[in-house]
Amino acid sequence: MSLSILNTYESVATNDVKVWFKAAPISKFPKNGGACIKYKDKQIAIFNFTREGTWYACQNLCPHKMEMVLSRGMIGEDNMEPKVACPLHKNTFSLKTGENLNGSLDAIATYPVKIESDFVYVGFSE
Amino acid sequence: MKTILVVGNGMVGYKFCEKFVAKEESKQFKLIVFGEEPRPAYDRVHLSEFFENQDAKALEMAPAEWYAENGIDLIVDERVADINRTNKSITTAKDREFSYDYLVLATGSSAFVPPIKGVEKEGVFVYRTIEDLEGMLAYAAKLKAKNPNAKAAVLGGGLLGLEAGKAVMDMGLEPHIVEFAPKLMPRQLDSRSSQVLQLKLESIGLNIHLSKATNQILGDDGYITGMEFGEDDVLDVEMLVISAGIRPRDELGKNSGLEVGVRGGIVVDNKMQTSDSNIYAIGEIALYNQMIYGLVAPGYDMAGIAVEQIIGKTEALMPAAIDMSTKLKLIGVDVASFGEPFMPATKGHSIIFENKTQHLYKRINVSLDGKKLLGGILVGDASDYSMLHQIYLNGMPIPEDASQLILPASEGSAFGSAMDLPDDAVICSCEAVTKGNVCCSVLEDGNETMKSVAKATKATTGCGGCKPMVADLIKESLKTLGKTVKERLCEHFDYSRQELFDLAKLKGLTDYDTLLDEVGTGNGCEVCKPAVAAIFASLYNETANRQETIQDTNDRYLANIQRNGTYSVVPRVAGGEITPKQLMAIGRIAQKYDLYTKITGGQRIDMFGAKLHELPLIWEELIEEGFETGQAYGKSLRTVKSCVGSTWCRYGMDESVSFAVEIENRYKGIRSPHKFKGGVSGCIRECAEARGKDFGFIAVEGGWNVYVGGNGGATPKHALLLAEKVDKETAIKYVDRFIMFYIKTAQPLQRTAPWLEKLEGGITYLQNVVINDSLGINKDLDDEMQALVDSYVCEWKEAVETPEIRERYTHFVNSEETDNNIEFVSLRDQKMPKEWA
Ligand code: SRM
Ligand SMILES: Cc1cc2nc3c(=O)[nH]c(=O)nc-3n(C[C@H](O)[C@H](O)[C@H](O)COP(=O)(O)OP(=O)(O)OC[C@H]3O[C@@H](n4cnc5c(N)ncnc54)[C@H](O)[C@@H]3O)c2cc1C
Ligand code: SF4
Ligand code: FES
Repeated sequence: MSLSILNTYESVATNDVKVWFKAAPISKFPKNGGACIKYKDKQIAIFNFTREGTWYACQNLCPHKMEMVLSRGMIGEDNMEPKVACPLHKNTFSLKTGENLNGSLDAIATYPVKIESDFVYVGFSE
Repeated sequence: MKTILVVGNGMVGYKFCEKFVAKEESKQFKLIVFGEEPRPAYDRVHLSEFFENQDAKALEMAPAEWYAENGIDLIVDERVADINRTNKSITTAKDREFSYDYLVLATGSSAFVPPIKGVEKEGVFVYRTIEDLEGMLAYAAKLKAKNPNAKAAVLGGGLLGLEAGKAVMDMGLEPHIVEFAPKLMPRQLDSRSSQVLQLKLESIGLNIHLSKATNQILGDDGYITGMEFGEDDVLDVEMLVISAGIRPRDELGKNSGLEVGVRGGIVVDNKMQTSDSNIYAIGEIALYNQMIYGLVAPGYDMAGIAVEQIIGKTEALMPAAIDMSTKLKLIGVDVASFGEPFMPATKGHSIIFENKTQHLYKRINVSLDGKKLLGGILVGDASDYSMLHQIYLNGMPIPEDASQLILPASEGSAFGSAMDLPDDAVICSCEAVTKGNVCCSVLEDGNETMKSVAKATKATTGCGGCKPMVADLIKESLKTLGKTVKERLCEHFDYSRQELFDLAKLKGLTDYDTLLDEVGTGNGCEVCKPAVAAIFASLYNETANRQETIQDTNDRYLANIQRNGTYSVVPRVAGGEITPKQLMAIGRIAQKYDLYTKITGGQRIDMFGAKLHELPLIWEELIEEGFETGQAYGKSLRTVKSCVGSTWCRYGMDESVSFAVEIENRYKGIRSPHKFKGGVSGCIRECAEARGKDFGFIAVEGGWNVYVGGNGGATPKHALLLAEKVDKETAIKYVDRFIMFYIKTAQPLQRTAPWLEKLEGGITYLQNVVINDSLGINKDLDDEMQALVDSYVCEWKEAVETPEIRERYTHFVNSEETDNNIEFVSLRDQKMPKEWA
């Protein structure tokens, strides 16, 4: 069961985007923090990294204990690499590559984000 | 190009590769490594950690890519079956043939299974590989599903057996250790220390059976059901882990006619050469000085010698004497022995200190002239092990009264500093790193942190036992460079918490972003954000609601996150005093939202299993009933535990409940470097456990005794007496100042007990500050505390009444749906989170 949920998340590169999903207005996302959106059966964490002026999206599922919590984690950076820290046990993941920065957990899936007229869009391949 | 084949990819086989590729000469060789296990070499010494997270990758010595990147062919899951010495080749179990110029045997050992009738039964395990552990975990889970009180035994009470015993205990089985000898750890301990260890282990729940020879393993249907030691002497167990010693895997040596020892092991000389000069043997397979050394450190040394020999540096030789000092790595149980632990009276004198009530035993053996330390045993407190071990290894002079080395904490230390050690003192024996290496890496190569020194020298990367000493050496070396050792918050702030506290105050900064721009660098992280949030809270008593994204999750949502991403709700119940009406209100609300309820260890009620969106709804109802947040989430005042006191109790000297309620309401909401707790007892029977708290009051004839710096939790400590027989107002004043002083000067996440321990001058100094005003800061402390007390607001009230804050409590921002990933199962008429499949 755990595996089947994990498998629903796969990183999408900007070039492979088929659907730009209109997720929510930017006002729904706190500065330098995240919130979670639903797309089909997926839970996606979106982060408004105001200090960098960048937006990131990744799976909401933490691969450590399989909980839907990453959107509630703190964001920050590790040697210039933007990251999110899971609120449960502080495993950290790169927001760019999804790689687990302080351990050897599986990488999380990341998704492209774009902003158009104050709306946040996430890119999916299906 | 010559070819080296390494047979065995265990810890030592890996170390051979690592040391080999570091040599310039390695380019002239082709290296091929064979491992029989399905994965690259892993850290067997820390095998037990696999139980914690079942993360095999975390134990890897190096990932498979490392071998490829270094030009090594690694072939795993393929056993070498035969050596053909005449044409210098080997054949694998998959019938592939490889030729060699040099062959290195690093086949290690396997667990020794004594020939007891019935050992082949299901449920009997050994403790050596990741696969063994996986088997144990699966079997234990099955047992527990059938019988939650299932028992498991470990055969063997040596170092490894005790580790296995702790492991089965952690798996939730009732643990039994069965030992043939009349004492535990017979090879390392004398009988008195062994008895002390036994008491300690029994106190944490291990059952110990000594002088037991197992006749047969009993069973039913092929599964183990018990062990029989003699007529009518039976232990019912459903699982058994055998840890009765090791046997070298010398079959390749035997079959190809290499010289082997009578009891196994391939004979090597001090070049690590076997009886065939093209074949080397290293690690737990090598019989050196007629001995198999079952430890990694000598194995690593052997790997180094074999590398040197093969690349032609033939002057490198294995020393004749090998240090067998060891420290047991069971959490909470300190045991170590070094040098010669047992000492015949003709060779030296022993000094022994024993305190059975505290499970403490220390013995040192000193030369007849009283000048040299020859060895010793430490049980119960091995904190001085590294230093004693160094004194022994380096033959350093010892104090005239050698008993000072082990007597319990007299003022100051008999040891002096780690800097007194000679430069060639080996600090990290796993990686053979000397004091000189560590200091040089600081002084000459500019490494300033534990992390960078570890990376540069590899010190601390083995068993980790040398960490405290390496930390000392780094600190002292930096001092000689004129650098004070900075407690740096993280990569974004080059300041300690105390400095940052002062900076924020001085500059009047109130926003994380501005603080980072003005005195920090980069974009912050999960270490500095909550630390800064706590500083702002202490300075301005601002709640967690304003800058919510720099708070830890628990503060951000004003609730503790649980195992499955739901939250708990804990209203304040000051002093533990609660009316029947309030009890009913909690009952009604908990029932309405289907929450699991439990009385906490802090004398109040916790309601678990609330979904994010339910939190404001629940709190709205609680607030309506007159409750306030209990701050069970923040680094802030938790509870002030009370006993019933003179209001009801026939022994009570004063009203402890009233005092507890008053003081809990005084300090509620104050945020600090770590959480803090109080207790108030009505007499010295101490039913409120006030001396186990950060601050405590005990009513005595003539007033209140005030205690500070106590701790339960991971490192329990009794609070120390700050003032005696003072009236209530004075008691509060002293504790106000103590808390404020702590808030301003402690490290992030440092409780009052370790803070007080580190405070130079200790309790006497603190008394001088808060009672005699030796720093002249008492007025400030008083004012600052009063400001905090006066500005209290219930942050949950703030949250439910402010629409923008309430909006944060939703799982999805684009859908009304809730998190369908959360599932509950029932538990004794309530519910609990479902385990993940
Ligand atoms: C609920 C409770 C256990 C219970 O069912 O009784 C509890 C539950 C937790 N404790 Fe505790 N502790 C509880 C009483 C205690 C006590 C007993 C006491 O206060 O008298 C202690 C030992 C006393 C002490 O602190 O000195 C205690 C020592 C700890 C520690 C170790 C602190 C230390 O200094 O070593 C932690 C870990 C930490 O804070 O870093 C901890 C951390 C936790 C956390 C917050 C872990 C976490 O972050 O999720 C648990 C949260 C549960 C939740 O979601 O609500 N809890 N915890 C108790 C709540 C008391 C309350 O009403 O607020
Ligand atoms: C639970 C546990 C705790 C321990 N704790 C400590 C400790 O605290 N301190 C300490 O110093 N030591 C400790 N040890 C001992 C330490 O792990 C060993 O000394 C060390 O692993 C020996 O390394 P090695 O490479 O010689 O043997 P191993 O690590 O056993 O490696 C040998 C490898 O060779 C493989 N092999 C064997 N034959 C063949 C073949 N024919 N073909 C291919 N491959 C083959 C084996 O499968 C194995 O993978 C502990 C051991 C265990 C099991
Ligand atoms: S002791 Fe405290 S922290 Fe540990 S499991 Fe129990 S409640 Fe959680
Ligand atoms: S669940 Fe994310 S770190 Fe443990």
